[in-house]
Amino acid sequence: MVVAPVAAGKEPALRALLASMNSAPGLADPRNALVPFGAFERLHFARLVVLDDALQVDLEVYGVEPARLPTWLVFIGDCDGDAGDALADLAGRAGAGLARIFSHCEGFAEGSDVLAWMRARDRRAAASFVNWVGRSVRQVREESALQRALSARVPRQALATPADAQRVRAELVDHVAGEVRAGRLALTPPEPTPLGWQLRRLVHLVAVPLVGLAALPFLIVLAPLLVWQLRTLEKSDPEVCPRPRAADLEALLELEDRDTTNQYTALGAVKPGRFRRWLLIVLLAFTEYACRHVYTRGFLARVQTIHFAHWFFFDDKTRVVFVSNYDGSHQGYMDDFINKVGWGLNVLFSNGVGWPRTRWLVFGGSRIEQSFKYFQRRHQVPTQVWYKAYPGLALVEMKRNHRIREGLERRAMSDAEALAWLRLL
Amino acid sequence: MNAALAVDLDDIQGLVRFGYKHHTEASFLLLRIRDRDAARRWLASVPVSSALTIEPLPEFAIQIALTAEGMRALGADDAVVDAFAAEFVVGMGNDANRARRLGDVGANDPSRWQWGAGERVPHVAVLLYAMPGRLAVLQQAIESQCEAGFERMACLATSDLDGIEPFGFTDGISQPLLDWERRRAARDTERTEYSNLSCLGEYLLGYPNEYGGYTDRPLLDRAAAGPLLPNAEDDPGRADLGRNGSYLVLRQLRQDVHGFWQFVDGQAGGDAERRERLASAMVGRKRDGTPLIVPAIETIEGGGDPKERNAFTYRTDREGLSCPLGAHIRRSNPRNADLPPGPGGLISWAKRTLGFDADALDHDLVASTRFHRLLRRGREYGPGVSIEQALGEAPSGNDPGLHFICLGANIARQFEFVQNAWAMGVRFDGVANESDPLLGIRSPGIDGVPTDGFSLPRADGPDERIAALPQFVTVVGGAYFFLPGVRALRWLAGMPREAPP
Repeated sequence: MVVAPVAAGKEPALRALLASMNSAPGLADPRNALVPFGAFERLHFARLVVLDDALQVDLEVYGVEPARLPTWLVFIGDCDGDAGDALADLAGRAGAGLARIFSHCEGFAEGSDVLAWMRARDRRAAASFVNWVGRSVRQVREESALQRALSARVPRQALATPADAQRVRAELVDHVAGEVRAGRLALTPPEPTPLGWQLRRLVHLVAVPLVGLAALPFLIVLAPLLVWQLRTLEKSDPEVCPRPRAADLEALLELEDRDTTNQYTALGAVKPGRFRRWLLIVLLAFTEYACRHVYTRGFLARVQTIHFAHWFFFDDKTRVVFVSNYDGSHQGYMDDFINKVGWGLNVLFSNGVGWPRTRWLVFGGSRIEQSFKYFQRRHQVPTQVWYKAYPGLALVEMKRNHRIREGLERRAMSDAEALAWLRLL
Repeated sequence: MNAALAVDLDDIQGLVRFGYKHHTEASFLLLRIRDRDAARRWLASVPVSSALTIEPLPEFAIQIALTAEGMRALGADDAVVDAFAAEFVVGMGNDANRARRLGDVGANDPSRWQWGAGERVPHVAVLLYAMPGRLAVLQQAIESQCEAGFERMACLATSDLDGIEPFGFTDGISQPLLDWERRRAARDTERTEYSNLSCLGEYLLGYPNEYGGYTDRPLLDRAAAGPLLPNAEDDPGRADLGRNGSYLVLRQLRQDVHGFWQFVDGQAGGDAERRERLASAMVGRKRDGTPLIVPAIETIEGGGDPKERNAFTYRTDREGLSCPLGAHIRRSNPRNADLPPGPGGLISWAKRTLGFDADALDHDLVASTRFHRLLRRGREYGPGVSIEQALGEAPSGNDPGLHFICLGANIARQFEFVQNAWAMGVRFDGVANESDPLLGIRSPGIDGVPTDGFSLPRADGPDERIAALPQFVTVVGGAYFFLPGVRALRWLAGMPREAPP
């Protein structure tokens, strides 16, 4: 994520420039003149968002005078491979367009080195969820083409004997081999995972529990105090869940339901005080750990519709930005949030100013439907520019397509397995 | 019953409790206010039927619903109207974002509607129900009473097709059972079994819903509102304009009966048995209403008698071998619970909750049904067309259809969700690139992939796939109304003319 404050007076021009990158409201034209996202084969999603400080006034419920914060321009991309390389590639092939965008930000002078400038403003997420770690854009596209080819080819008839499944599968395997030879299909083998990445992951896998283990004795001793503190705050923290303004809601709705996937960007202040700040730091570290080592294969607890999600700290950890890409409508997303992972939402977001009242960190909160729905819409920010590399494709299909490919590449199968594979098509 | 939980049946319009099935004749007048005072006078005195049971059955029933525009035309303060749900305030037909979400694009585009878009948004809907042969008298009387205050924008006639919708299928079998006695405690708990019993607050404002919470609605200052309105249960010092009222979604759906049967017949190669089989698979029931799922090994709370053909779930048919996953009734009411089924016990529960049960995840693609129920009160219109006529004769140009009506306390979570995610959604329960076989609009995806298919899974081979389904149902009008409580209606008819700013 590249973050920079918008220069005074340049926000309207910036918004107009961002809008010019779109083919429909909020939907980036993959071939737009500024940053032709479609030309970057390793880029899954990208967005450009302007973040203001409109909701800082909510801090007044704590008697805190909100600090005047800059308006930020945020550029976020989800890519295969190393993020640094991806930035370099972007700067190399779309440097002029990026310079035009960033010229609306503070600290960007005519002739600045775009890459160095972006690197200086690049920030890591506090936690990131990736639906399927290691699945590349190329793989998604190739497997989708494979599924279409097989689906069109498979004879849609009941099989006379179980052994027929093997025969039909063998024919399809041959057919695909021919298509690959003819260049009409491609099934590129996955790139090897870089050793450095694996090493860093392993260190993280071990180091975080070690730190936790070291902290455990203190936590056990402090536990009663911490629980007492949590419960005291939970009982007294004010809820700030007014209804969002109609015009703000319309501005969000205008950007939605143009693809099968939608974007979400939200911003909020962390509750004042050291307890909430540290609680959130620890919980986000825990989330990052779970997303990096546990939830890497298509689901985040029960939710299977999130492609990528990130939590970023902002403004000296006084604010958090949450961004995600999800399948289905906003209403469905909220439904998933409340009914499937309401507890998980509470754990993190109840540390934000105004969240509906929780009990014991996991109960209540997002399950207070009306307050929660107002809260999340009110904190949502329109995503000015949003790009998705595979329009129309949903995660449920990518998972199926991957199973199809795996089945295709298996050397041998039982009759029952071959039948199950054919039924996927 | 606890007196504090008592439900004022006489303050609730009857349609919430009854379908008025003995009142086989009905028509829906869509009116616009031309004289505010005269309109108010009529609304203050019109005999609205309540949800109280009356024996013997009265000859007539009258129900009144208003749009947000209608409330404003009556002189309601903006602050009052804007405190209703955003969907209601914005309305159905004049919002391109909503149209995209509901599938009201292409042939369904509101710009083509007969009513409900542009200047043609009704203010008031007067729903008239009458015993056989009595409607004409009622309608004439009401229309002459209304003349001073209202201009008639449209009159939606209905026809009695004996419980069969125009395509020829028995309709209205599955309905939620409302918890009128408020037996179920209003609190937020996970439900691991499908139940047909549904909290009052899912359909009536002012009562707790399935989350144990109250939906937002106008709560007025008691001193300013006067004594007429009931107290808000969750805020007893305030007058509740929403209490005992429900949102009423009305959509006029034209059904291409000829197109439907000719397409199905073509797919079946003219074979009558295959034709029936395919049509039933698209609906999920046979024409007589028998579900394709063999019902009732399980007891379902509020599910009624198995003979009523509503006591079943899809638990035994997770792959859609008996009833296709994308069948109309499966999409409209998936009959699942909050958590996918699994073996009992805390460990299994934790695994399923945290996502570590791969099999449960594969069957966790559909939202929990109890938050998305519709209380349907629609009526058919137009001539009945038999299959023989549909196959043999040219269309008369007078297409039949359905005046779809559903009631609910949350338009976004109920009607709009079901319409968007389940009916129009081109991904449902793992099935991709097809929408509801009856309702779908078949427009290709953003990537150009067709969405006009229909899959029939089978155990012994790849899905049977029907391609190139035409659009069978076209929206020709629609609006969101509020069906107020009786006292709320009288209050709206007599509220202070121009509320002080």
